[in-house]
Amino acid sequence: MDLLYDILIDPFVQMFAAPDFLLQVLWEGFVAGTLYALLALGFVLIFKASGVFNFAQGIMVVFAALSLVGLHALGVPAYLALVLALAIMGVLAISVERVVLRHLVNQPDIILFMATIGITYFLIGLGEFVFGGEPKSMITEELGLPTGSTDIEIFGGLLIMQHIDIAAAVIAALLVGGLAFFFSVTRIGRALRAVADDHQAALSVGISLNQIWVIVWFAAGIVALATGIMWGARSDVSFALQIIALKALPVLVLGGFTSVPGAIIGGLIIGFGEKLFEIYWGGLIGGGIESWFAFVIALIFLLFRPQGLFGEKIIERI
Amino acid sequence: MNAHVEAPRAPSRAAGGEVLLRVDDVSLSFGGVKAIRGVSFDILKGEIRAIIGPNGAGKTSMLNVINGFYHPQEGTITFKGSVRSDMRPYEAASQGISRTFQNVALFRGMTTLDNIMSGRSLKMHRNFLWQLLYYGPARQEEIANRRKVEEIIDFLEIPQIRNTPVGRLPYGLQKRVELGRALAMEPELLLLDEPMAGMNLEEKEDMSRFILDVNQYFGTTIALIEHDMGVVMDLSDRVLVLDYGQKIADGTPDEVKADQDVIDAYLGVAH
Repeated sequence: MDLLYDILIDPFVQMFAAPDFLLQVLWEGFVAGTLYALLALGFVLIFKASGVFNFAQGIMVVFAALSLVGLHALGVPAYLALVLALAIMGVLAISVERVVLRHLVNQPDIILFMATIGITYFLIGLGEFVFGGEPKSMITEELGLPTGSTDIEIFGGLLIMQHIDIAAAVIAALLVGGLAFFFSVTRIGRALRAVADDHQAALSVGISLNQIWVIVWFAAGIVALATGIMWGARSDVSFALQIIALKALPVLVLGGFTSVPGAIIGGLIIGFGEKLFEIYWGGLIGGGIESWFAFVIALIFLLFRPQGLFGEKIIERI
Repeated sequence: MNAHVEAPRAPSRAAGGEVLLRVDDVSLSFGGVKAIRGVSFDILKGEIRAIIGPNGAGKTSMLNVINGFYHPQEGTITFKGSVRSDMRPYEAASQGISRTFQNVALFRGMTTLDNIMSGRSLKMHRNFLWQLLYYGPARQEEIANRRKVEEIIDFLEIPQIRNTPVGRLPYGLQKRVELGRALAMEPELLLLDEPMAGMNLEEKEDMSRFILDVNQYFGTTIALIEHDMGVVMDLSDRVLVLDYGQKIADGTPDEVKADQDVIDAYLGVAH
């Protein structure tokens, strides 16, 4: 009975006993969730347009952040470095299309997936060669991002909000809103959705696959840069980020690989869930839940709703 | 069952005889399989040209060659007077060739309107940055093209499904939306791959009417693959017959109907 009490009752008692602390946990969960959502968004963009899980999204985050920090270290002013880092992501998108994707048209998905693993290791090598392997700190202040924190008195306690976290949430919301608008009302957005639905039909109406690929890889690059800055500001910029990026996988399983809203909601669910379970239930099994919790959730989803919350249901006539 | 088309066939516009597309001695093979063997024919401006033949005769392969999905190993294709070598679908589309598919290939997640709008892709030129702003010229361009699309929706008599995701539509309507998308490109040459497959009589009659109207009012040249012989004989000016990748007959519907090789191919005489 003690165990049942510890699992079913005690955590909620704690939550009500210290609502200010609960709010703090939820806030942390929200912040982590927006970062996961941003990460997942990069994957979704490329998956929609080419049906490929882009293994290189994680390293693109690192590479974008390293370019920014590296250029600044060379004496380039912060904002110029930001623009140049964007340009580097643009060049990367064009090169990936020219050198890799163009030659793999009509190949099975697994071959394209392998190609993205290839891109990953190429970028790791290039990144270490150019910028060195040691972690660097993000140029948060130089970019004009806020660094302080605000304490809000609530429920007789304190809710501490880091300004950088608020900025991260706002920037993520703007980015997602902008992309969603762009892809829903413009010709290029329509073309992207067309390509996602049917390659052959898209080609037949004169949509250029090559152009669409460059655009989505560039969009994924922009998202990667934003993610890199935000994540880098919370810890630092290192190649380890590339592994953390795989956290996007459970987010995608949850939200559906082709859904932008799914990526956001999935990211938030994982963010909230992770923090809540870590704090209130983690003690029961010795903590450290955060590293695997998301994957267990994903596994449960795969069993009961394999298309994710927002994915298209896969029905095939046979 | 044959769809009977009431409309009297207007005298062929092709009478003038200007060649729009010429296929010369084209051969296409996949590994050891020869899909098309040395086929030559032409399509005249303004005509309705049918391509018929038993299953596996190479009809769809021929359409795929014309719109750039396949690249023939031998032979040449001349479109609007210029010989083209390996042409990609994008280029074929921008030169005025549009098509529909045997198994409806619509953008299933999108509405009827968006599907047909996607056919306007090549008519919209404002670049990436303008679209990013979605303001001024990009917006006016969107509106002008939307107007054109509304005309097509009216023409095909499908205003009631304007905002329905096409995945939910019955098959006959999906085929009609697909025709609408092809028409939105304002093509000079329209390729229809079995536009009436899987349709009931009424739907076939509607589709026949639309095809004739497109040909007569817009002056669009049409090449179509169809298995319903009644439809083929009623609609087309000239018929090309393929069998095992080879041309076995080419002529007016009456000539083809009387051709011994054609009768043999359809009745399955031993080769």
